Amino acid sequence: MQIIQKRKIFYIISLLIIIPGLVSLVFQGLNQGIDFKGGSILHVKISSSVTSAEVRSVLSDFNLDRSEVQKSGDEFYMRTEVLTQEKTNEIMKALETKFEQVTFLSSDTVGATIGKELTRNAFWALGIAAVLMLIYITVRFEWTFGVAAVLAILHNVLVVLGVFSILQWEINSAFIAAILTVIGYSINDTIVIFDRVRENMRKTKRQDYQELLNKSITQTMNRSINTVLTSAFTLVALLLLGGATIKYFVAAMLIGFVIGAYTSIFIASPLWYEIKKAA
Amino acid sequence: MRTKSSIILAVVLATLGLLAYFTYQPILNTINLGLDLRGGLRVVLQAQENDGEKITEDTIQKAVGIIRERVDTLGVKETTLYPQGEDRVVIEIAGEDDPEAAVDILKNTAQLEFWDEQGNVLLTGKNLTDAQARARSDSQYFDVALEFDKEGGDLFYEATKATMGQRLLIVLDDNVISAPNVDKAISGGSAVIEGSFTAKEANDLAILLRSGALPVTLEIMEKRSIGPTLGSESLDKSIQAGIIGIIGVLLFMIGFYRLPGLVADLSLLLYAVIVLGTMSMMGAVLTLPGIAGFALSIGMAVDANVIIYERLKEELRMGKTLRAAIDSGFKRAWWTIFDANVTTLITAMVLMYFGTGPIKGFAVTLSIGIVASLAVALTFTRYVLVLLANLSNNERLYGV
Repeated sequence: MQIIQKRKIFYIISLLIIIPGLVSLVFQGLNQGIDFKGGSILHVKISSSVTSAEVRSVLSDFNLDRSEVQKSGDEFYMRTEVLTQEKTNEIMKALETKFEQVTFLSSDTVGATIGKELTRNAFWALGIAAVLMLIYITVRFEWTFGVAAVLAILHNVLVVLGVFSILQWEINSAFIAAILTVIGYSINDTIVIFDRVRENMRKTKRQDYQELLNKSITQTMNRSINTVLTSAFTLVALLLLGGATIKYFVAAMLIGFVIGAYTSIFIASPLWYEIKKAA
Repeated sequence: MRTKSSIILAVVLATLGLLAYFTYQPILNTINLGLDLRGGLRVVLQAQENDGEKITEDTIQKAVGIIRERVDTLGVKETTLYPQGEDRVVIEIAGEDDPEAAVDILKNTAQLEFWDEQGNVLLTGKNLTDAQARARSDSQYFDVALEFDKEGGDLFYEATKATMGQRLLIVLDDNVISAPNVDKAISGGSAVIEGSFTAKEANDLAILLRSGALPVTLEIMEKRSIGPTLGSESLDKSIQAGIIGIIGVLLFMIGFYRLPGLVADLSLLLYAVIVLGTMSMMGAVLTLPGIAGFALSIGMAVDANVIIYERLKEELRMGKTLRAAIDSGFKRAWWTIFDANVTTLITAMVLMYFGTGPIKGFAVTLSIGIVASLAVALTFTRYVLVLLANLSNNERLYGV
């Protein structure tokens, strides 16, 4: 396979996602869920004949005009400012009076400080993990591999953030799962390929990096495909048959796996080639 | 050689079978499911700093102690309570019909004060020795009867003397709950909060007063509540789906890798027992992000097997004998697996240290999973492969 020769194509694909993503991040930012900006979500089951406008009119009685109401089948999500327990109870009562059959499914309230903390900790964690990984890979492999692996992670984080920003998907715990899975999986995958590169490097004296990489990627291709397939099995089953609470979560993870598998072959390896050539 | 190997193999398989069979039920029974999976309420309370008083770990410990006493006396079912960081308390309730109401009561500061009409504090709940709900004779309402210690009795006498002909305000957390007219100085160290309490209200108030005031005011900072409908329905479906998915993985491994695929399936069984067993022994809680971590680590455990067998095939194609191929294939695959897993483990550990809530749940299960996967690959998978190679040299069983 001529992966390295075609690397420009893969760079362009990535840039086509990353550049609009960055523009979108600057101009419209992220659609932060209550986990990040604070607020309340009330999730109830009413009836599919009820419209979100009717539900919103109940909320306006409580001066919650700026709330978002989202309908999915017979379930409704109401995103509001931070609600006290009394207020939640009053809203539930008002809904029951108006629509009769109302089942409480879940409610979340998060103060604004929690989100800031979460973000700050996440950045620290990513930074420190990157440094430690760089050290480990440098010791076990060579610094060029470490830099390529960390750049690939950065690439993945940018892609996921960009996609979430462009599509204005909500940043919540499903998003966190997606981004953690992308990182975890792409590291694992990248190292397996780099490991083969390291081994092939030792075998041959004459180093043609392009050929070396192509050979290593091809040799590990079976494994790359089988691993992502088996990982995807469980997730697809959970997505199609699993419970409602975990749907988004699983979808986000699945995307994480696929991006992770893709980048380790088409981004991390070419990046190493560039670094090795330059070094 | 062959008989010996087949006996050992039979023993190993029987042990694995028994292990899985006998640990299955206990693990299911003891593993703690997070509230996001089974329904319930989780509240993070933040201590508010009062003027001049710094919140310390000690204050929080005290607050947790007092709340725990309230939980026990109020009989709130299935409650977990723990401090988080230096200034937070987490309450998780799984067993109540109306967990919000329970939290509302639990988080009360319950600072009882007696004021004169000018708002001077004459006496506080610090001097209480007892508080009991008491039925009123003249109506269906309830009172709360208070007993003071010696100092409190004296202070109460002084207070009633000073406010004679005026109102004595009984204040709970800055709300006046009763304001009787004082017509004589009361000695003897007992008092009554008269009000129109229901039996439950009077009882709750008495319990709060008995357990003492919290050393800090607690404000709700995060609250997550999953109704019982969503929790249980979702969990059952997800477990079923998970099982179907895993069966898919097991079949795929056998279909693609034949005999080694079967070894992989057995390795996964052992792996699952170890991971879930460790979690239930550690008392770790399985939450949604935890499941994500588990799914990722299953992926990595399967990956370890895939790496080994792909290597094995390569070595066989190079014309090595089965036994030699297993030895060299395993040796090479091992360092690949090791490096890939350790790098991921580094990330998981960092996340475990820095993360809160969902991130931590993810990192804990992932870390346990990685260590278990390495251990199983290094011991069980390798050993069983060698035993099988002793039994048969037929390379077609290895999918070559």
